[in-house]
Amino acid sequence: MNQILEKFSISRRGFLVTGAAVGGGFLLGVGTGSGEGPIPAALAHDGETHGKILLNARIAIDTDGLVTILVPRTEMGQGVYTSLPMLAAEELDVDIENVRAEAAPVGDEYVNYGAIMAEVKVADIPSTGGLMRFMIKNVMGMQMTGGSSSVRDGWNSMRFAGAAARHMLRAAGAKALGVDFSETTTEPGFVVHKGSNRRLSYGELADAAANGSPPSNPEFRDSANFRYIGTSVPRLDAEAKSTGTAEFGIDVKLPGMAIATVRNTPVFGGWVKAYDGRTVQAMPGVEKILEVPGGVAVVADTYWHAKTAADALELEFETDGNHTVSSDTIFAQYARDLDNDNGKDLHEEGDVAEALASADDILEAEYRVPFLAHATMEPQNCTALVTGEACEIWIGTQVPDFVRNSAAKLTGLSADRVQVHVKFLGGGFGRRLEVDVAKQAVTVAMAMKGRPVKLIWSREEDMQHDMYRPAALSRFRAILDGRGRPKAVEHRVALPPTFGQFAARNMGWFAGKMGGFGDAIEIGEALNWRYKTPDLLVNWVPSETPVPLGNWRSVSNSYAGFFNEVFLDELAAKAGTDPIDYRIALLGNDPRHQAVLEKLRDVSDWSAELGPGRGRGVAIHQCFESIVGEVAEVTVTDGQLKIDRVIAVVDCGLAINPGIVEQQSESGIIYGLTAALFGEISVDGGRVEQNNFPDYEMIRMANVPKIETHILESGTFLGGMGEPSTPPAAPALINAIFDATGVRHRTLPLSNAEGLSV
Amino acid sequence: MFQFILNGSPVSVEVEGDTPLLWVLRDNLGMTGTKFGCGVASCGACTVHVNGIATRTCVLPVEDVEGLSVTTMEGLANGETLHKVQQAWIKHQVPQCGYCQSGQVMAAAALLNSNSNPSDAEIDAHMTNVCRCGTYQRIRAAIHSAAQA
Repeated sequence: MNQILEKFSISRRGFLVTGAAVGGGFLLGVGTGSGEGPIPAALAHDGETHGKILLNARIAIDTDGLVTILVPRTEMGQGVYTSLPMLAAEELDVDIENVRAEAAPVGDEYVNYGAIMAEVKVADIPSTGGLMRFMIKNVMGMQMTGGSSSVRDGWNSMRFAGAAARHMLRAAGAKALGVDFSETTTEPGFVVHKGSNRRLSYGELADAAANGSPPSNPEFRDSANFRYIGTSVPRLDAEAKSTGTAEFGIDVKLPGMAIATVRNTPVFGGWVKAYDGRTVQAMPGVEKILEVPGGVAVVADTYWHAKTAADALELEFETDGNHTVSSDTIFAQYARDLDNDNGKDLHEEGDVAEALASADDILEAEYRVPFLAHATMEPQNCTALVTGEACEIWIGTQVPDFVRNSAAKLTGLSADRVQVHVKFLGGGFGRRLEVDVAKQAVTVAMAMKGRPVKLIWSREEDMQHDMYRPAALSRFRAILDGRGRPKAVEHRVALPPTFGQFAARNMGWFAGKMGGFGDAIEIGEALNWRYKTPDLLVNWVPSETPVPLGNWRSVSNSYAGFFNEVFLDELAAKAGTDPIDYRIALLGNDPRHQAVLEKLRDVSDWSAELGPGRGRGVAIHQCFESIVGEVAEVTVTDGQLKIDRVIAVVDCGLAINPGIVEQQSESGIIYGLTAALFGEISVDGGRVEQNNFPDYEMIRMANVPKIETHILESGTFLGGMGEPSTPPAAPALINAIFDATGVRHRTLPLSNAEGLSV
Repeated sequence: MFQFILNGSPVSVEVEGDTPLLWVLRDNLGMTGTKFGCGVASCGACTVHVNGIATRTCVLPVEDVEGLSVTTMEGLANGETLHKVQQAWIKHQVPQCGYCQSGQVMAAAALLNSNSNPSDAEIDAHMTNVCRCGTYQRIRAAIHSAAQA
């Protein structure tokens, strides 16, 4: 066995809880796999396990009782290094103060079932069948963090791991105390004999417990006795992130490490025609210049040396015609395709064509949204070490398995020879579902064999070479009935397939072929028109562009919520009805939506008079199984917009950690408002025009509204919280500006709007 | 060779004089608490104190800090006792992804050094760093809280 892998491996004894033995447990991601795989670096920084004993793939206990939870989802701000350990600690029965979170390695036992399970019931521990497991592993196949799915997945897997480990500790305790299993219970960190109150600590029992048999049906805690679930446990990463000690991918330091940066081909689909490395080879610190997928890398001793040389490098790029593409040509193409293409019908009721054909008072509206960049605070980066027989990667990624697989493919190594260390992510928002930078880093590391290389993109490269949220053009036509309610609504949207691109890039041949199908499902779900309408048509016109596209926080919901909720507001205005009343009346089939709106009316003081120049607007959207309604309050004075307040009501089924739910509400709202005010990636000459924050501006302290979040738990199904607060933000804002000014802004961002200063 | 005081101790580095202090800290001195965000002094992730003043270091040539006193996130706490701003950050659960927070904490600490009880408007004017996770409202609350500590 190679030295790197050997350093991180552990004897078979540590893996007694194998997949085969766990049976059903394995399906829930509790088993540890083959027994020969690498163990998490966290447990063996220097080849020693430091007394940590692995009870299953997610839980290790020190002899002194410290509990390490191996978290298979990545921490990018959404709080999974707190919420997932809470779930395990709840069932394991340990004090959260004795728990720390570490990144899990890559493994089949860590795939994300929550990402593809539509409904996770609060009441159940669902089992995952053989076909489902096959699909996830071989088709969907992802140890991914995305789709607001981590808690929905962890509700089963993390609790199961905790309950199974507690069972094994109890069994070991019963044996050591010479009593029957049924006579034991636990108190935080201890197995206790109920009769005598004799006790043994988890630390004392861990070794024996690890040699025991894992249960297939462990006992779960009665929800009435939950100690942590439903409480605002402070984030386990708050101190590290308040003291600068949290280690992000870009912070990785390794002995002998070189640092690289990249000049990517500026025009979409372009390639490197020629470069002359000799011109910069003699510059300070420069070690190597080489072509990598998408551009040319310069390797040096420091980032500054690499960046200085890369800037000086003379490069010629070639394109295949995309240099004529601009934002104007793309929107013109969308308009043309809407005019000429029948598209795909996503939702259909009644006969819209007939209803509209005989109508004479048709309300029409056209909306447009631009391409958007993720702009994570931490620029894209990846550190890689390739030796003859193995590859190690350090990266903040949402898809460690994609990283592993792409590294294996590039190096020709088998996947089990590639080890991925997941670091904290300086923001993800979907950008780190891609492996473009990892491929570049591995390519450089192959050329620097035996030396670790940290590859860092400049902010300019990060901004210009994202996988963008697509621009879209939306057209509505509608008529109201005699009571002002929608009689017919036709909604047609032009934009390119996004999921198809993502799948083709990252998920293999089969998923790539399925891509168009996946888009129709994802876009269709996002564009779902919930308001009661006898004649309805929702139609998507796929319109391809050369712009690389990806998953941007809330994906298609980010524009679908804007289109639907602004147009619905336009209908309410035409009907002369209060926007909340109007929505509630049309949502008779959605009592959870109605409850959110009722609560929102109450907590926002919806009926209170606002002063001159002020206005309020509402929007509601469901995605990732959560429903979020928001009311925005604005003041517009002489055309100057100020967002005063946003009030959110969130129904995420059950709030595992209400404090983190509030954080995510605030975060999603600021993300959505930032896009609504400033967000625009424009294209000219086949390349992105924006370079850095000065021309891709962000909301900053001075224009942050006061945000209030109210949690309404319907308690049936679990909903995600990483994304659902983003979609309602822009429409609530637009509707509030209409209330204040009578002007309906149908194009984002507002920074381009005439007569309005943001 | 350039010399300056880093977190109370003298350091000397052998680099080109135009090297930004950010990269001297991160690559030459191995101190990664200070973050790279934009490289154009726009986002503030690289904020440290230079002679007590909040300063963006991604465009600050190291030759300009010759002989000056630099404090980074690593030097803000007093031994085991966290700075009052750091304590307030934890109390108000400010960080999400956390990447910008070194810069935010350093900017806030400098603000409180010069203005022990800033108003909201003064916080708006002074705290211009970007947080992509949108933690601004908690940053504001934490600054007010630290001001009272």
